[in-house]
Amino acid sequence: MCAVRDLTKTYPAVRGRRGTPGTPEVRATDGVRIDIRRGEIFGLLGPNGAGKTTLVRQLTGLMRPDRGSVEILGHDIVRHPERAARILAYLGQESTALDELTVSLAVETTGRLRGLDVRSARAERDAVLEELGLSALASRPLKKLSGGQRRLACFATALVGARPFLVLDEPTTGMDPVARRAVWGAVDRRRAEHATTVLLVTHNVIEAETVLDRVAVLDRGRVIACDTPSGLKEQVAGEVRLELVWRERAPLDVPEVAALRDRAVESGRRWSLRLAPEEARAAVAAVTGGAAFAALDDFTLATPSLEDVYLALGGSAGSVRGLVKT
Amino acid sequence: MSVVPAEVLPGAARADGNRADHGPDTEDGGRAVAVLGPRARLWPALAAVYRAQLSRARVARIPLLFVATFQSVGIMVLMRGVVDGGGEARAVVAGSSVLVVAFVALNLLAQYFGQLRASGGLDHYATLPVPPAAVVLGAAAAYASFTVPGTFVTAVVGSVLFQLPLTHLWILVAVVPLAGAALAGLGAALGLLAPRPELATLLGQLGMSAALLLGVLPPGRLPTFVQYARDLMPSTYGVEAFARTFGPDPDWAAVLLDLGVCAGVGVASLAVATWAYRRAAVR
Repeated sequence: MCAVRDLTKTYPAVRGRRGTPGTPEVRATDGVRIDIRRGEIFGLLGPNGAGKTTLVRQLTGLMRPDRGSVEILGHDIVRHPERAARILAYLGQESTALDELTVSLAVETTGRLRGLDVRSARAERDAVLEELGLSALASRPLKKLSGGQRRLACFATALVGARPFLVLDEPTTGMDPVARRAVWGAVDRRRAEHATTVLLVTHNVIEAETVLDRVAVLDRGRVIACDTPSGLKEQVAGEVRLELVWRERAPLDVPEVAALRDRAVESGRRWSLRLAPEEARAAVAAVTGGAAFAALDDFTLATPSLEDVYLALGGSAGSVRGLVKT
Repeated sequence: MSVVPAEVLPGAARADGNRADHGPDTEDGGRAVAVLGPRARLWPALAAVYRAQLSRARVARIPLLFVATFQSVGIMVLMRGVVDGGGEARAVVAGSSVLVVAFVALNLLAQYFGQLRASGGLDHYATLPVPPAAVVLGAAAAYASFTVPGTFVTAVVGSVLFQLPLTHLWILVAVVPLAGAALAGLGAALGLLAPRPELATLLGQLGMSAALLLGVLPPGRLPTFVQYARDLMPSTYGVEAFARTFGPDPDWAAVLLDLGVCAGVGVASLAVATWAYRRAAVR
């Protein structure tokens, strides 16, 4: 339904001006290959600067790739970028085009610009606002709403004038649980009734784990893994995560603790370790008994989550060591 | 939270996964090409953008319009001590009235589009199937409409101040939209082409200053090369057309010619703005 092949985009190097250093050439997407199936919620996960937004901009016809192809529902988007607007609805991160409008007018105007006539634009507006629980806010300008409410209003504009493909760039940022449920409820209804496909860009790993059918992990412009959330988690299966929180500082005079230090990712009083189950058991025994226990504030032992996968795969640029067994 | 697995959905093609390996060039004839959604037609889209932009006026534009009007009235009061009636007074009143249009249509629209482009707000319009001309024209028309009350107030105050006849003020009905189109197109193009929003603001202010200098000051007192620059300014023809109607027996052919030039420049500058929008939307 959406096939991306060898998609590459390089931002040219910027020469430094006086006082400011230049930036080198950046390959924002590098030979990206993705297949999104009809009716699925497909996620793009990755750290900041991984190329998620650049990829989405190329899929929505907002940016021309240097090479590669994008085909959505049989249409070549690289050759005909203007067709993207007639196939998909895009929810970007910015709402500046709508900020000064009331919720009601923002949704109605967007519907009309998606080709609806006045009457159906108003009917769809009322239905979508009702569905998302926004009716009470309909006459308030977006600017006056809280971040989560504004985001929900922008999401409403993406739903009006139904499209078979929704591209949502961090749709639930700043939302409370009620608003989040409204969003995923609305998405599920459209999937069940119209087999709507969703491409979701997200940072929120917990949300990704619950809503996504499949996820592609991006790092430095490349897809480094693509599978179901549980499939990805299998890649780090067999290890558990041990979090240790020390009262003041780690008791490095205890030899077992000193030995663990090399494998820990430290942030302040907190150590994060990925260990084989028997190693973890030994480590827990070491820190909960004897001299180390006095220095221990808290500890947790958990099976790997998608967050571990995310950090393990996408966090190569950071300080967190990889988890994936090769 | 997601309750519907992809496999059970109508049309969810599991085979997709296998086909994925054949690459993009396997156009098996059976693949369904989706019907494209409707396109927004020019006039309804223009009307929708116009209405949305006009509604923004309630929030922020009205105070700015007061500023524009007071500024023009202030300039006329100042100029009263300089010009001594006759042709110069007509030029001052006409120039000050059109200056309101320049302030809003050129300066504010350049700022608006500059900020919209810089903040990524253009993406919203660019991912809707709407003709670029509808966005540019709708916004330009809305900004030109904001100027109508201010222009009339300025023209009436000016006419009273300089004892000019109010008989032909109706010509503003033609002058405002035509000068407005020319200046709004210029403003939108400047805003969309400026690489940074600060530059868009600066260009808008410069255009505004040019309209002030070249439009309000009586042309007879300007140096020759400034007079040539004056001929290049699209608002000049609106000012001239308006100024002619204050005379005891206006030369209507000349008024029409001036308005015609204004309309031509308007079409050209809106075309440039539409091109600039396309360029800014797809980077």
